[in-house]
Amino acid sequence: MAEAAQMPVSDEVAIEIQKMNKWYGTFHVLRDIDLTVYRGERIVICGPSGSGKSTLIRCINALEEHQTGSITVDGTLLSSDLKNIDKIRSEVGMCFQHFNLFPHLTIMENCTLAPIWVRKIPKREAEETAMHFLEKVKIPDQANKYPGQLSGGQQQRVAIARSLCMRPRIMLFDEPTSALDPEMIKEVLDTMIELAEEGMTMLCVTHEMGFARQVAHRVIFMDAGQIVEQNEPEEFFNNPKSERTKLFLSQILGH
Amino acid sequence: MPDTPMRAAAFVRHDQIPPSPPPASQTGIVKWVRENLFPSIGGTILTLVSIWMIYTLLVSVLPWTFSGVWSTGSLAECREVLQGRIGACFSVLTERWNQLLFGFKYPSDLYWRPTLAFVLLLAAAAPVLFFDLPRKLLIFTALYPFIAFYLIWGGTVWAPICALLGFAGGYMVYGRLVKDNFAMGLFGGAAMAVMIWLLGAHLLNHGIALLFSGPLLFATGVGVLAVAALFFRLRRSQSAASAAIIGGAVLTGWLAIVASVLVPVVFGNEIDAGGAQQGGSFALEAVPSRDMGGFMLNMLLGVVCVSLSLPLGILLALGRQSNMPIIKWICIMFIEFIRGVPLITLLFVANVVLAYFLPPGTNFDLILRVIIMITMFASAYIAEVIRGGLAALPRGQYEAADSLGLDYAQSMRLIILPQALKISIPGIVNVAVGLFKDTTLVSVISMFDLVGMIRGPILASTAWNGVYWELYGFAALLFFIVCYGISQYSQWLERRLATDHR
Repeated sequence: MAEAAQMPVSDEVAIEIQKMNKWYGTFHVLRDIDLTVYRGERIVICGPSGSGKSTLIRCINALEEHQTGSITVDGTLLSSDLKNIDKIRSEVGMCFQHFNLFPHLTIMENCTLAPIWVRKIPKREAEETAMHFLEKVKIPDQANKYPGQLSGGQQQRVAIARSLCMRPRIMLFDEPTSALDPEMIKEVLDTMIELAEEGMTMLCVTHEMGFARQVAHRVIFMDAGQIVEQNEPEEFFNNPKSERTKLFLSQILGH
Repeated sequence: MPDTPMRAAAFVRHDQIPPSPPPASQTGIVKWVRENLFPSIGGTILTLVSIWMIYTLLVSVLPWTFSGVWSTGSLAECREVLQGRIGACFSVLTERWNQLLFGFKYPSDLYWRPTLAFVLLLAAAAPVLFFDLPRKLLIFTALYPFIAFYLIWGGTVWAPICALLGFAGGYMVYGRLVKDNFAMGLFGGAAMAVMIWLLGAHLLNHGIALLFSGPLLFATGVGVLAVAALFFRLRRSQSAASAAIIGGAVLTGWLAIVASVLVPVVFGNEIDAGGAQQGGSFALEAVPSRDMGGFMLNMLLGVVCVSLSLPLGILLALGRQSNMPIIKWICIMFIEFIRGVPLITLLFVANVVLAYFLPPGTNFDLILRVIIMITMFASAYIAEVIRGGLAALPRGQYEAADSLGLDYAQSMRLIILPQALKISIPGIVNVAVGLFKDTTLVSVISMFDLVGMIRGPILASTAWNGVYWELYGFAALLFFIVCYGISQYSQWLERRLATDHR
């Protein structure tokens, strides 16, 4: 799998964040974030809790509003214009820590809802696409069940399939394995690795350092709302530059 | 595994123990009686006391019911038949049956019309209540209000048809415009509907000939057609220019119609919306609102107000959560005001005070006023119930809907409301049952609903003065049947919709 990390990254820019700042009330959550993500690049964002990593990726699809600076996704500038926001959201898939599947809809309906209503794809075609992606995450036989009947790992894989059904060009993962039992983490990570091998642009907030080593082109370490250090995984883990990073790594890898 | 001797602590099970039936004392009726009726000394005493209470109740009620008299003409006759025995005078129900159901003024040869409307109501409500039925039946549900209005009130068939056309036209315009802009669709649709209604009301009052004699009206008719044509031709266009043209056309047509309608109002022409004098061959005999009564009136108010207050309550609940401060404040003020005021005062307002605010000479239907007030009252409560449901949803559901690119209307309709409404079912049913029973309050503003009929014409008559138990018991039974039905339906619905935790 190590060769996955060596797949070439194009120099086409997928996400461009410039001097972005965000406040919750008077609390300065994100400070002067500058980040350029290239097409096909896979980035893992890590850092202590409260460092703003989730907030950062939630700003990219406007689940959180930023106050200053600019975010450009796929050439579309993120502003308060709802049309732009909806356009970006339909191009950017997102997976949440708590899956957030729609409990009143079957797995199939979860996967076809957005393609039918946002992309205006005919129902049959949407169902075929959904079946394709459910096969890909290895749960096609659960298509007619409800989310409540599935295990956590299965639910998270459905959530990934649901995002993929919109044929996104960028995928955001917000701690996708943090709410899972250890034995289910692997099945979700395997799905994500498979996705990575296909060249999807991915931004992933996670504490799975093994995954970061194996898949990421770049690891970003955040603390107190700032990007403290970013580097290729080998360099980052073996030879961290800042003291803060060293402390963090010693704490999470120390046992 | 090689057969090495195991140490004492190690244990491997080789054969499973098969399940066996529980001991006899743990099953059957003996267990049930012992556990539920005689579990302890205290429990035994309570059981015996309860049995004694049920016995005394039945001893007094059963003879009264079963030796009841069903076929006398007055209370005096009934007492003669009973000759001092204990017994109920149910004959008041048989003798005044039609009055109890339809009121005392509804023409007796027209009883088939509300009855038919009631039977059709069952057919119209079925596809809404039981969503496994074919969706095409909803077309009949959509048509039902107009059919029911025509059947119950009678009059010319053109009034409900005109109303229906107004809704249809408004909906079509809404459908065309909403793709570009929700507000544009809403206001465009509403303007179109109002234009059609005003035009229709005008034609009904003054005859078709006026269309050709009144140049103003003719112009507005052309305006309607032109606007309609514009909507269809420009449906794809999103440019500001086309929007301006449409807006201008709507505004012009609207002003023209307002002028053409207001001019006769201001100068004292009659604007009675009945128009029964000329209805063509499809006209049914018109029955004015003040002749409605009996349980029919309760059903009418209950059904109309529940079905109107639910969508209004949803809108209020969403409005209360809105980011737009003015909408939010309006919704909060409305809800808090209506909830802070007793329904009975609102009904008095509907009955008396509202007339002061309307132009003199307008005959604003009393039933319509009462419907508006009860609907407002119920919708404020339903809004609060639904707000509870909305608050119970995790934020993640909103975020997931947003992250998939669904717009506000879609995420509300497809994701948020289905779940919030499901949570709110018990509360909504609570309000609906309460509302249905509250329709009897109209008896205090001199409308003769079921309770009004009992209190007024029936108990006041010399023949039946003094028959309380039978009449009020019957009223209670009718209301109980409907309310129990609603409650059972809601429990079925909750079980049917329980998908998330099984």
